[in-house]
Amino acid sequence: MSFLLFQTCVVVYLLATAAYLVFFLTQKNSLRQTGRAIFLIAFGLHSANLVARAIETGHTPITSHHETISFFAWSLGCCYLSFRWRYAVKNLGAFVSLLVLALMLIAAFSSRSMLPLPPALQSLWLPVHASITLFADGFLALSCIGSIMYLLQEREIKKKRFGLFYSRLPSLETLDKLNHHCLSMGFPLFTLGLITGSLWAKQAWGAYWQWDPKETWSLITWFLYAAAVHQRFTVGWRGRRVAILSIVAFLSVLFTLWGVSFLLEGVHTYVS
Amino acid sequence: MSRDAIVLLGVNHKTTPLAVREKLALSAGYDEPLQALGQLDELREYYLLSTCNRVEVLFTCRDVEQAQQRVLDVMFGRAITASELEQYVYRHVNVDAVEHLFLVAASLDSMIVGEAQILGQLKEAYRHATKVGSSGFILNKLLHKSFSVAKRVRTETRIGAHAVSISYAAVELARKIFGELAGKKVLLVGAGEMAELAAEHLVRQGVAEVVVANRTLQRAVNLARCYNGRAVSLEELLDQLQQVDIIISSTGASGLILQKEDVRPVMRDRRNRPLFFIDIAVPRDLDPAINDLDNVFLYDIDDLHNVVEMNKSERDKEAVKAQRIIDEEKLKFGKWLANMESTPTIVQLRAMVEQQVRSEVEKTMGRFDTMDEQQRQGLEKMVAAITGKVVFPALHYLKTDRHCTGLPERIKAIRELYLLDTSSGEREE
Repeated sequence: MSFLLFQTCVVVYLLATAAYLVFFLTQKNSLRQTGRAIFLIAFGLHSANLVARAIETGHTPITSHHETISFFAWSLGCCYLSFRWRYAVKNLGAFVSLLVLALMLIAAFSSRSMLPLPPALQSLWLPVHASITLFADGFLALSCIGSIMYLLQEREIKKKRFGLFYSRLPSLETLDKLNHHCLSMGFPLFTLGLITGSLWAKQAWGAYWQWDPKETWSLITWFLYAAAVHQRFTVGWRGRRVAILSIVAFLSVLFTLWGVSFLLEGVHTYVS
Repeated sequence: MSRDAIVLLGVNHKTTPLAVREKLALSAGYDEPLQALGQLDELREYYLLSTCNRVEVLFTCRDVEQAQQRVLDVMFGRAITASELEQYVYRHVNVDAVEHLFLVAASLDSMIVGEAQILGQLKEAYRHATKVGSSGFILNKLLHKSFSVAKRVRTETRIGAHAVSISYAAVELARKIFGELAGKKVLLVGAGEMAELAAEHLVRQGVAEVVVANRTLQRAVNLARCYNGRAVSLEELLDQLQQVDIIISSTGASGLILQKEDVRPVMRDRRNRPLFFIDIAVPRDLDPAINDLDNVFLYDIDDLHNVVEMNKSERDKEAVKAQRIIDEEKLKFGKWLANMESTPTIVQLRAMVEQQVRSEVEKTMGRFDTMDEQQRQGLEKMVAAITGKVVFPALHYLKTDRHCTGLPERIKAIRELYLLDTSSGEREE
């Protein structure tokens, strides 16, 4: 059941992305409506998939690599929709749907087998810690997308050569604000994720912090975002610099998510 | 009986050099010339448009030649010679006049194709005409039509969607940088014509305040008054940079008035809120290196020209589409105009009444083509006679000249009364 839902929702995400991209290029308004509708359907299917998988496995589906990435994509969708609902950022959908689709494809190609939960993970902390962290990642991903859009737009305005993006992307102010909102949502959530993780570690392994590679990299990421937020609020950094810092920090998020798990050994491995 | 002719006389930037246009421009406003036109008995309805690029008179009259001559004398005769008149003034009659008006309204005849100001100027001119009551049945319809044509062109083509002039380009850039312009502050350094134009556009976009800095304070004070702004001296420039967001510089200074190193500390104090410099002075006022600073954007006059040029080719494509819309609307209006002549109305009215009498007769007497020749001829005569009698009062009304209602109004009354413009004219008994 969950498998079928997953397949369909990947296909529907593909359609949504296609619609958004065609809209991005042609700027025909009817296509935007279509794209949004398809994206909503895909998101609905995705939610159903998560629920179905939770019922089938009997625990929160954020343990294997497949589950984590899928949940990451879902939380990104959530964050995007929560923003759409509050204020419009022109053509953000095209970028977000592209990233969601990429994540879903990665999830699709990793093992989908359902494995029993090792005893260390059998805790109420699992849903709390993992979902908070992944939601933080969703907001941080959105801030990274906003930053990329900002840099594209800023480059065209600075260089005075207007190509594909000038008319299609929103104003610098809007993009900067988007980044600001995402950071001020994502950073506290990320911090909360670290704290819950630390509490859980105390319970499961007996120590709040044990310099496991994943923990170390999370801390590095946290410092990068802390720097961005700090500079923003004290010195008034904005625009380009914060955008670059957000992108770098998000790369660190991705490394924490994948690089650490596959390249470095540690207790934080995915169930496999 | 025929309807009044629609005539349009005028000069614009295409036909007439600026030196001549200046002489013809209505610098004193609309009231006086409209009054002068009102003295002419030849004109039925009239309306007048004057912008910096054109002066046009639109009127309806009976005798085209005579009315034209009188209007030319009144409007332009004093300023330029007859041969110049012949050379510069264009004349359009009826359908051509309609087309020309549509072209002007849709901004296809503008110096900068697609700019939106002209429609506002047209409406303003029309307001003046209605105030003195000089526009009547036909011109009202025509001008309202021209507004809707302009709107159609604007919505159905992308002709207005691009930065269409230097000042528009500047405004659009400002929007891409700041998003909303409401609440932003503008600083004019130096007070040139271009700077004023750009400032005016920005004010229309809702900027919060205009500050004017000028070498001579008096001039700054005068200009600031136009925008309810305030004036400062040129020495306060750096202090002002902390408070404003958009700077339009157009001084006649021979060197740079602002260096990169002047702006850098300002950005720290501004907590990096963006600054947008527009340098429209030749030679330039602002150090080009200012553009290298983060969150600071500098455009000089050449950059803005490039923005405008870039949009031009695409706009020309859209102009073809716009021309098609105008042709369509011209045909529609032509049809409406044709209905305003009495002959088609009379023919239509007769045909309708005859059709009804005939069908009633056929209901009682059986179909005409089954009757013998003699009976049919008799009945045909009767149908014709009844039709004539029924139609007579209406024709009489149409053909009698009255002082209070002109022919177009009478035609309109008849067409409405007999439902000639609705397909269900048969409902009437």
